[in-house]
Amino acid sequence: MSGVGPTESRNPIAADLDAAQRFADAIPHGREIGLRVEAIAPGRARFLLPWHERLIGNPETGVLHGGAVATLIDTASGCAVFSALPEIVPIATLDLRVDYLKPAAPREPLRADCRCYRLTRNVGFTRAIAYHDDPDDPVANSVGTFMVGSSDAIFGLGEPARGAPA
Amino acid sequence: MTLADTIAAARAAGDPGAIAKAVPYANFIGIDAYLDREAVICTLDGDGPIVGNPTLPAIHGGVICAFLEHAALMQLIWDLAPGPLPRTINVSVEYLRSGGLERTHARALVTRRGRRVANVRTEAWQSDPERPVAVAHGHFLLAG
Repeated sequence: MSGVGPTESRNPIAADLDAAQRFADAIPHGREIGLRVEAIAPGRARFLLPWHERLIGNPETGVLHGGAVATLIDTASGCAVFSALPEIVPIATLDLRVDYLKPAAPREPLRADCRCYRLTRNVGFTRAIAYHDDPDDPVANSVGTFMVGSSDAIFGLGEPARGAPA
Repeated sequence: MTLADTIAAARAAGDPGAIAKAVPYANFIGIDAYLDREAVICTLDGDGPIVGNPTLPAIHGGVICAFLEHAALMQLIWDLAPGPLPRTINVSVEYLRSGGLERTHARALVTRRGRRVANVRTEAWQSDPERPVAVAHGHFLLAG
């Protein structure tokens, strides 16, 4: 990805599943909906969202609310940016677009496979798909951009975000 | 009571909040709604399970995206009922500033409503409507 491997990286979550899960668990809403990190590599993250009744958007079909899909993608995309960084600095979502390709199947967990396909000093560019079991049969497609080193960070890994380098 | 019945009753009573309460996810994150003339204003509780960054603290960006999408759907449901529920084709969110853990409001502007697709812009703000925390635009399928 960025050419930064775990050996020369000062980034604890670059390729460490447990560290990435601790990152996810540091986000209260992520913990609340049970987000799990399934795979992590520099610039890449795959998260799983367990199905739950309270995430239903249409009570008659049991289909997930689009917002739950977006939250899965936003969190996993942020983690993909984090894992691409040479060291952890706060980041913030600039924008996120989600295309809903088909309804999520009721009672099925949903995965998001996200890549930070380009990282500059200031910006991480991401793309992602969400799917149940088959990445070739996606539920949603997404692109996002994240500000790196944001003073208004949405993801901060527990460190003080105010006054961080802009 | 079917969702269509809930929507019809909510419209008759002028209470869009009754529709929000019928949607499990909207209930879970703490969305309510009220009517300001014919505009549906959605609200998001500041003390719900919505925290993205506990240090700032700030609302999770995904929840803000969900809230903006829901506000667009609520306005469309209000304008269109009775009929099939609109479905989100896509949504694009710009995050302008972090959302603090206080009540957030959202309003939607249907910029174009065609036979099959509606284009909707939404905006979320907290204490100051002149300082939105996020804006979004989306496309919604109205039929088929």
